[in-house]
Amino acid sequence: MADLFDDYPVSRAWDEMLDRDGELRPPYERVHATMTRLTADEVSARADSLAHAYLAQGVTFDFAGEERPFPLDVVPRVVLPDEWDVVTRGVGQRVRALEAFLADVYGPQRAVADGVVPQRLILSSSEFHRQAWGIEPPNGVRVHVAGVDLIRDEAGGFRVLEDNVRVPSGVSYVISNRRAMARTFPELFSSLRVRPVVDYPRRLLTALLAAAPDGVPDPTVVVLTPGVYNSAYFEHSLLARLMGVELVEGRDLFSSGGRVYMRTTEGRRRVDVIYRRVDDEFLDPVQFRADSALGVPGLLTCARLGNVTIANAVGNGVADDKLVYTYVPDLIRYYLGEEPVLGNVDTWRLEDPEALAEVLERLDELVVKPVDGSGGKGIVVGPQASRAELDALRSRLQRDPRGWIAQPVVQLSTTPTFVDGAFRPRHVDLRPFAVHDGDDVWVLPGGLTRVALPEGQLVVNSSQGGGSKDTWVLARDERRPGSVRDAGGVPGAGATPGVPDRTAAPGVPISTNPADDPVGSASRIVQQQQQQQQQQHQEQARAVEEAPRC
Amino acid sequence: MLSRIAESLFWIGRYVERADDTARILDVHVQLLSEDPWAEEDLACRSLLAVMDHPAPADGTLVDRGHVLRLLAHDQLNPSSIAGSLVAARENARRAREIVSTELWECLNTTRNQAFGVIRTAPSHEYFSWVRERAAIVAGLMDSATSRDETWHFMILGRSIERADMTARLVTTQARLGPAGPGWTTLLRSCGAHESYLRAHRGLASDERAAGFLLLDRLFPRSIAHALDVAEQCLRDLGPLEGRHGVADEARRELGMVRTRLEYARLADLLSSLPDTMEQVQLACSRASDAVRARYFPTGAVTTWVGEAL
Repeated sequence: MADLFDDYPVSRAWDEMLDRDGELRPPYERVHATMTRLTADEVSARADSLAHAYLAQGVTFDFAGEERPFPLDVVPRVVLPDEWDVVTRGVGQRVRALEAFLADVYGPQRAVADGVVPQRLILSSSEFHRQAWGIEPPNGVRVHVAGVDLIRDEAGGFRVLEDNVRVPSGVSYVISNRRAMARTFPELFSSLRVRPVVDYPRRLLTALLAAAPDGVPDPTVVVLTPGVYNSAYFEHSLLARLMGVELVEGRDLFSSGGRVYMRTTEGRRRVDVIYRRVDDEFLDPVQFRADSALGVPGLLTCARLGNVTIANAVGNGVADDKLVYTYVPDLIRYYLGEEPVLGNVDTWRLEDPEALAEVLERLDELVVKPVDGSGGKGIVVGPQASRAELDALRSRLQRDPRGWIAQPVVQLSTTPTFVDGAFRPRHVDLRPFAVHDGDDVWVLPGGLTRVALPEGQLVVNSSQGGGSKDTWVLARDERRPGSVRDAGGVPGAGATPGVPDRTAAPGVPISTNPADDPVGSASRIVQQQQQQQQQQHQEQARAVEEAPRC
Repeated sequence: MLSRIAESLFWIGRYVERADDTARILDVHVQLLSEDPWAEEDLACRSLLAVMDHPAPADGTLVDRGHVLRLLAHDQLNPSSIAGSLVAARENARRAREIVSTELWECLNTTRNQAFGVIRTAPSHEYFSWVRERAAIVAGLMDSATSRDETWHFMILGRSIERADMTARLVTTQARLGPAGPGWTTLLRSCGAHESYLRAHRGLASDERAAGFLLLDRLFPRSIAHALDVAEQCLRDLGPLEGRHGVADEARRELGMVRTRLEYARLADLLSSLPDTMEQVQLACSRASDAVRARYFPTGAVTTWVGEAL
């Protein structure tokens, strides 16, 4: 029978659904079986329902002045438990290493003294902020939330593409994608054991509370947003809502006497932890951009005094620097004494004259990225660039080799995606989110899978025409962790011994209006019949009255 | 006001609230079965049916969500299902047509007509949203276009008793299933209470607090304590003559006793016997409903003529 997977090509990249021989990979069996049963119209209807749900919730972005729903593809991305274990260990390790690196950079700089990283590297990073020097976070955590972008290369292994330890965004889509998918594809959820993602806000709040200044018994946490016009405002409000904390803008806060307060109807209220979604440069006009209307004057001083915690910490951007990225495997070995679980993508450091020469020669087959960029800005994909673009790039690289890195074109893995009425392979990446509470790095079982919707496109950022997919991490256990109920046992047998099991004991009857007694009640039928007869009598009487006239 | 009319008004309040609350309970459960990788469908469905006063099939056949939806959502003949209570609400409004405002009548009538239409085949979540929206429109029309006289008091009395009863049932589903249940967060969400709760407790969710919120919060309109309080207030307004001591109204006595029992108990004690406590609430609601009928809606005893007496 023809289905929507007909002509699904076996691509050069690693495909998440099909292996090299065109056979289904195990995690996708159920998804494939369900999708095969649907017609193009049915899939379109489901896709419309997803889009409609997002319009109603306001999960939209602005496109030429029109509100468009954030594109969510109908086919989920499925990850096996074993694969996820690797991701969890790798991301956790990376966050711990970057945490140690940041503490070192804004402290003794042992790594420089020991020759692991050159001092030039740190000092020349545009995201290294002297203002952050000497700000000691109360529980030692600078990376409260991290988003580590992963890709799957041609051989099927996960590699790190970049680290985001400034203000990683996108977790709201993980939460809202799941809710929308559960409503649209209930049959899939019932056949697969997908690990839930609803825990994230609670974990985040716990980590933020743990980061509060010492000696505050009941800390006040706020989320600081740039405002409603920010493209991630939906995420800011969602997190604030789900954590039950105040969502504030810069103008709602003020600092006084070394402490930060918010203006409320009950007067000023002290703020202890600020989960900020405002970039460093806008955070404090006293320290950074003087024209910033989004920040709070004096905020950094309060943080330096230890009276307020800023999460994530100021100056984390130095760890996101793409040139620093090339040193992360060394940093993992240096700080943790471990071998990296997740490898990097091979990268040329252009400050090395030989590397620069090689890269300039092969510019048309490489990907070149600015070291301080995010959101896919400024990336030039060699094979897809015009000659003029490459020439312009060449002179820029020669002028500022510190500002750029070069990587081979990695064929990101592909997954089936619903495009123009059929399923087609499209490139995806994966951003898992990690929360660090000072004791433990917790990785959300899920994460944001971004998909590049144009054919062959390798840049997946939503600002570059990307969509997203719900990421399903399958549960290993057949049973709930900690459940005492054995799989083959009697339902309800897990109850406390001695207490009679009442799981299915009859409940209290639901009463109804006696006049509405279920059909068949004798008195009701009599009543109805008599009322109808009455009517018939009247009609007959009228007929008789009218008869003589004709 | 005629007793018969008052009874219809009382039941309009109850049925519409029942449809609303049943939709909320079912939505939670369907979502639980979809999202929880460890859900035990048969057990959860049997438990839900039992709580909602439907005997589960005894012959050991597996009960799935389709079965539950057929019985509790779409059965038009049974006034304890969603469709059934929407039909019943409309029938009651028809009987009290001259008292019920035209807007309200048309809304109930349209709702019942739509319940037979395409919405029946919509995905369950959409169906439940539709039910909640219709119930909200009914509540809005009642609120904006009903004089605060007996009409209002009887409708709100019915609604509040039903709400206390249904919230108790919702809590029972969780109390019975324990860790296999939907979880308190989902329960709160289904009542539209989640955000209000998070703000009240500043995000620190714990099972005790969540249960406490649904049981005892004085400010949240769907909590049991609040619903019982509103019901008592309606009864006070309906029968304002009060003696110098005690409470003469049986319905008020029932509701007041169970409310104070909740309010003055230690939360830990309540939680350790949650299913029993919730059963007490449901029984009290049921007895109060009977007492209201006995006092306000007396029906003439059916007279039967026996020939031999002549």
